[in-house]
Amino acid sequence: MNFYGGTIHNGFNDSRNSFGGFRGVDDYNFQPDIDRGFITRAHTPLTTVTSVLALSYEGGVVMAADLVGSYGSLMRFKNCPRIMRVNANVVIGASGDYADFQYLQQIIKQKIIEEECLDDGISIKPRALFCWLTRVLYQRRSKFDPLWNTFVIAGLQDGQPYISCVDKLGTGYEDKQVATGFGSHLATPLFREAVENKPLPSKEEAIAVVKKSLEILFYRDARSFDKYLLATVDSNGAVIEEPQLIKPDWSLAALTECP
Amino acid sequence: MFRNQYDSDVTVWSPQGRLHQVEYAMEAVKLGSATIGLKNKTHAVLIALKRATSELSAHQKKIIPIDDHMGITIAGLTADARMLSRFMRTECLNYKYTHSDLLPVGRLIANVGNKMQVCTQRYDRRPYGVGLLVAGYDDLGPHIYQTCPSSNYFDCKAMAIGARSQSARTYLEKTLNSFPDCSLEELVKHGLRALRDTLPNEVELNTKNVSIAFVGKATPFKILNEEETGTYLTLIEGDERRGAGPSDEPPKDPQPSTTEKKDPVPVVSMETE
Amino acid sequence: MSSIGTGYDLSASQFSPDGRVFQVEYAQKAVENSGTVVGLRGTDGVVLAVEKLITSKLYEPGTNTRIFNVDTHIGMAVSGLISDARQLVENAKTEASNYRSQYGNNIPLKYLNDRVSMYMHAYTLYSAIRPYGCSVLVSSWDEVDGPSLYMMDPSGVSYGYYGCAVGKAKQAAKTEIEKLKLHDMKIEDLVKEAAKIIYLVHDELKDKQFELELSWIGKNTNGLHQRVPLKVFQDAEKYAKAAMEEDSDSNSEDM
Repeated sequence: MNFYGGTIHNGFNDSRNSFGGFRGVDDYNFQPDIDRGFITRAHTPLTTVTSVLALSYEGGVVMAADLVGSYGSLMRFKNCPRIMRVNANVVIGASGDYADFQYLQQIIKQKIIEEECLDDGISIKPRALFCWLTRVLYQRRSKFDPLWNTFVIAGLQDGQPYISCVDKLGTGYEDKQVATGFGSHLATPLFREAVENKPLPSKEEAIAVVKKSLEILFYRDARSFDKYLLATVDSNGAVIEEPQLIKPDWSLAALTECP
Repeated sequence: MFRNQYDSDVTVWSPQGRLHQVEYAMEAVKLGSATIGLKNKTHAVLIALKRATSELSAHQKKIIPIDDHMGITIAGLTADARMLSRFMRTECLNYKYTHSDLLPVGRLIANVGNKMQVCTQRYDRRPYGVGLLVAGYDDLGPHIYQTCPSSNYFDCKAMAIGARSQSARTYLEKTLNSFPDCSLEELVKHGLRALRDTLPNEVELNTKNVSIAFVGKATPFKILNEEETGTYLTLIEGDERRGAGPSDEPPKDPQPSTTEKKDPVPVVSMETE
Repeated sequence: MSSIGTGYDLSASQFSPDGRVFQVEYAQKAVENSGTVVGLRGTDGVVLAVEKLITSKLYEPGTNTRIFNVDTHIGMAVSGLISDARQLVENAKTEASNYRSQYGNNIPLKYLNDRVSMYMHAYTLYSAIRPYGCSVLVSSWDEVDGPSLYMMDPSGVSYGYYGCAVGKAKQAAKTEIEKLKLHDMKIEDLVKEAAKIIYLVHDELKDKQFELELSWIGKNTNGLHQRVPLKVFQDAEKYAKAAMEEDSDSNSEDM
């Protein structure tokens, strides 16, 4: 009997294992609950990452996300990068369960390597990657085993700024600006305000709005952090900058001591 | 009984390192009527000669649409071509479902090639007895691909396959350099002239036996109807007709025409198109 | 080859009375009808060069290339039936992908070579399938192991090499390779020598046109396999053509 009350059938010296006791990856997928006539699924994320912000500007897009991985309310990991460069035209960012993101990141990386190896001059566009992600996530949720993430895909679609978002249920949509997690409440109004009179701000303006939003999220979202990654995709390609720090100003908070 | 002792199965190498069964399958392509593919900088064109198997039958379709950005024309076993075209359509649909985009032509052809190769290496299979010319348009521009029963495929500037197609290839090779910059109309005219070169002297191109299709920038794959085909045919009417040139096989029976009476020809199960 | 045609040469699963498997030998013949492929391994990298024969001028240049990327860090050059070879490339890609998903690292070339040659060998064991009609060269470079080059045969045999050649003119190419001091040559020189060998062994009378393909992997490419840049390619081609002229000059002097 194992921890779950089931029988472990893949021990190191399992005689059915043709690799002389060596366990392949598949052997770790045993699900003891099946023995008891039912299965269980993760119904809550574990190590989580919070908001992703993305905003389109004249000729490109900017994306930002902080670097903390929280374990419940514990600020557990302080270097969890979650913006990934896909190719010269696409980046993706993730919020939600960090392990699920890493899993899908490996799959996307392999997808990119295979595409690069073909060397046929074609690379995946953001809308195609978005569509692919919705299919993957929708399929997983239909198996009642969702990947617990919200992904933001940003880049250039045939030269035009492109941003879209897909959640753990496989719901996807495209928009000029996207903020996930706590950011959907706090950053979206700031984004909308910024584009109210000028649908496509300049690169500098867009970056300034994103940075301001990160700062406000740092004040208000207890799962956020002051160290973040910022990426831009435009005619210069997809660039993820070195980690940056928010310079907070706590003087606005009532009843706190200011230096 | 056999031409030599190494040609009975696709799994047998000859002492010269040849696969006779695969080579015989290549011959099936030459039994089909001629078909031509060519392209300029923006469009890819397919032109095919259609046959009618009997007086009572219509001219058989030679051009098969695959997706909005792609179509094929066939020479060889029609039924084999239908299997391949169904595979190609499925691949395009699957790609559209997972990527909401059009499948790049070169990648599809590579898949088709890999699918066809398996049939050249196993005792329980036979090679596909059909050659395809694929016209497609994607981010890299227009394409003409040729696939063979040997599971080889080629990215072509222009190509002709099928019965007596050597004459068409000769025409294409001669006029090749003018293709990239000519207009779509010019391109179709070149194709029709090339196709006409494959005909025996007593046969003419007409709206019944010619099929034209093209695809290109902002132009979904389209097979022209008889009326539209007719307008293109009139464009080359005045041209001087070149001799049939060297053909790779003895001339076939002339096309069955509607006026002359002929005995019905039995239709074999492996009908070629 | 006295037993040819005696009926013991029709199946890969059958030995001849003198202990040979003729079907495998015939498959090797298929490779000998194909364009020459050369692999050179120096101190800091490996170069692959291919003589790609062109059979029609209706084909686009660059169609049916014979050098493939198996993974970012592994190159493969093939001689023989190209459609057979593509299956091996697919197989190698799958191996590389599986290795990465299991171990999170690039597959070592030594291991990939083992897996792919085992796969080729399996096709020499059964009557229901035929051996692959191609030989493949694989190249890699990394910081720990340095450069490595292997060649696999239709029989499933494979060895590591400093320099190897396969295809139509393999004998002539091997003679040329033996003149080189590969163990202290840099990759920049290897490119030129490889181009020269391909030009030298090309038979202009029998095969009119050919396209040269060149790829490299080494310290200079950060362990990434890639086609050589245009400038390097042109320099190598120039060097090869110059060497050819020199060669024909000295030949005419002899006469």
